[in-house]
Amino acid sequence: MARRHIETLLLLAPAVIFLFLCFVVPLARLFSLAFTDEAGPFATFAILADSDVYRRVMVNTFLVALAVALITVVLAWPVAYILTKLKGFWFAFALYGVLFPFWISVLVRTFSWMILLERNGPLNRFLINLGITDKPLALLFNDTGVMIGMVHVLLPYAILPLYGAMLRIDQRLLMASDGLGAGLFDTFRRVYFPLCLPGLMGGATFVFLLSLGFFITPALLGGSNAITLSMLIASFINDRLAWSLAAAASLVLLVVVLALLAATAKVLPFGKGMYAK
Amino acid sequence: MRFAGSAKNYGAVAALKPTDLEIRDGEFMTLLGPSGSGKTTLLNLAAGYLEPSAGRIFIGERDVTNLPARQRNIGMVFQNYALFPHMSVADNVAYGLTVRRLPKPEIQRRVAAALAMVRLDDYGARRIQELSGGQQQRVALARAIVIEPDVLLMDEPLGALDKQLRRQVQLELRRLHEEHRRTTIYVTHDQEEALVLSDRVAVMRDGSIEQLGTAAELYDEPVNAFVAGFIGESNLLPAKVVSVSGAEARIDIAAFGQSANVPAAKGLKAGDDARLLIRPEHVLIDREPDGLAAEITEVVYLGELTAFNLRLATGETVWGRQITDRSLKRGMSVKASWKRASARIVPKN
Repeated sequence: MARRHIETLLLLAPAVIFLFLCFVVPLARLFSLAFTDEAGPFATFAILADSDVYRRVMVNTFLVALAVALITVVLAWPVAYILTKLKGFWFAFALYGVLFPFWISVLVRTFSWMILLERNGPLNRFLINLGITDKPLALLFNDTGVMIGMVHVLLPYAILPLYGAMLRIDQRLLMASDGLGAGLFDTFRRVYFPLCLPGLMGGATFVFLLSLGFFITPALLGGSNAITLSMLIASFINDRLAWSLAAAASLVLLVVVLALLAATAKVLPFGKGMYAK
Repeated sequence: MRFAGSAKNYGAVAALKPTDLEIRDGEFMTLLGPSGSGKTTLLNLAAGYLEPSAGRIFIGERDVTNLPARQRNIGMVFQNYALFPHMSVADNVAYGLTVRRLPKPEIQRRVAAALAMVRLDDYGARRIQELSGGQQQRVALARAIVIEPDVLLMDEPLGALDKQLRRQVQLELRRLHEEHRRTTIYVTHDQEEALVLSDRVAVMRDGSIEQLGTAAELYDEPVNAFVAGFIGESNLLPAKVVSVSGAEARIDIAAFGQSANVPAAKGLKAGDDARLLIRPEHVLIDREPDGLAAEITEVVYLGELTAFNLRLATGETVWGRQITDRSLKRGMSVKASWKRASARIVPKN
């Protein structure tokens, strides 16, 4: 038994040591910076709490993340559903279609969106030619641009868990519902949808949390008109050299995220109870 | 419920050949057969989960051939129960009533009655995962029955239960059927289950019904060696029909090195290769002085019965069963004989 323990420890050691030195230590160091302001240990938090800009950015970041999560999930649903229905070549084709964006750098994709969404870019020309709009829409350097870019990057993160949940649904449950006299809508509402819910919420939570920390996409597609928290933190460091303020803002974001995660886990008891296998 | 020429093909493969079958009102009909015999296909046609390739299906006077399952008013019990994992026991049972938009008080009353019927009175608030397999099976049954279906369909509902429990639930199902006389189609590959439960049994093979009859008819008068082998236990010995005269047939039994007269069978004529069916309980030991010389090669004590293997002088083995007689010992030499009137000849397929 003792031997097994040593083996386990040895096998885990490299990863644990690496994570500790390169992640835990710097993170602890960063957060400790939050309490090192000359005006007192909690001065940074007081500054943030008083700052109108910080509050607006915080609220905006969460709203954008929420919108992105909602849009992503809505778009992911039909894709995930179709994935469960496809077989053979078309399944592989669709799945690679979903995964393909993973293999292209976020930077490249974001620059591509910049070109597509430009004032005189292809999308605006297309919309004008169709007569949908007279003058070019402002698609870039605002929240719209940020959301388009983020939805694109994050879509697979919503599709895959949803697909997993749909795949796990026992087809006989749908047959049972049908046999018991339920119409298609009832079967969807009372059986299919509730059973997809863990995947749906898992995907949405994932997307939401990732959106909160997005930097490149909002920085390039939003610019100074759509500042998110990550951009603000970056500017604390790059423009104002206010490390303690950046650390405090990071810490607050982390705490809020953890609180949200805990709340979601409470509402949807993953891994136990009704969805446990 | 009635099937008229109902068939189901998958491409060139016939899962069910054109089949006529009528299930009488209040009858418990079992479809019995090995896997791939078409019994589940027939059940799914009845439920409306499959569309027939040919033929019509009727429930009472209603032609339901083209109706989806939800419009047929059937109660289906699945092999794995297919209970909704995200609902309580009561919500599962209530499901069919809820989607029929019945008033809440009526739903509650009927759910309570259905749960009482399967003896799960106090389990309404429980979650499905908290129940044992046997309890889940009963919930599935309550959920199917509570909607007052025209036909109750069951697809190997006891398959997932252990043997003890299966026996118990069999008796429970029989009690429920005797109380309510609900028209039932029951699919199983377990012949004992079929005999315990059914009014009539349809033995199926390769997509068609081999024989339809009561348990006694199938046991006593199987139409062929397949049915004989599937229902009850049997010795099936190669035999050749020598002559047929009226109700009697004379056959040559190579294994016994002798000829015998047995009741004639439909479809067998002189010169045919056939099988002689001797049920184990019809094998007799030391009853007739001119019996066949045989040696007991195995004795298995089963409580009130004892099973034994005999090796005949020709080398053939036959097995029998009788009320326990402690004098039987392995290696004994005995005179074996068989009840002539109870033996049957059957076509070999």
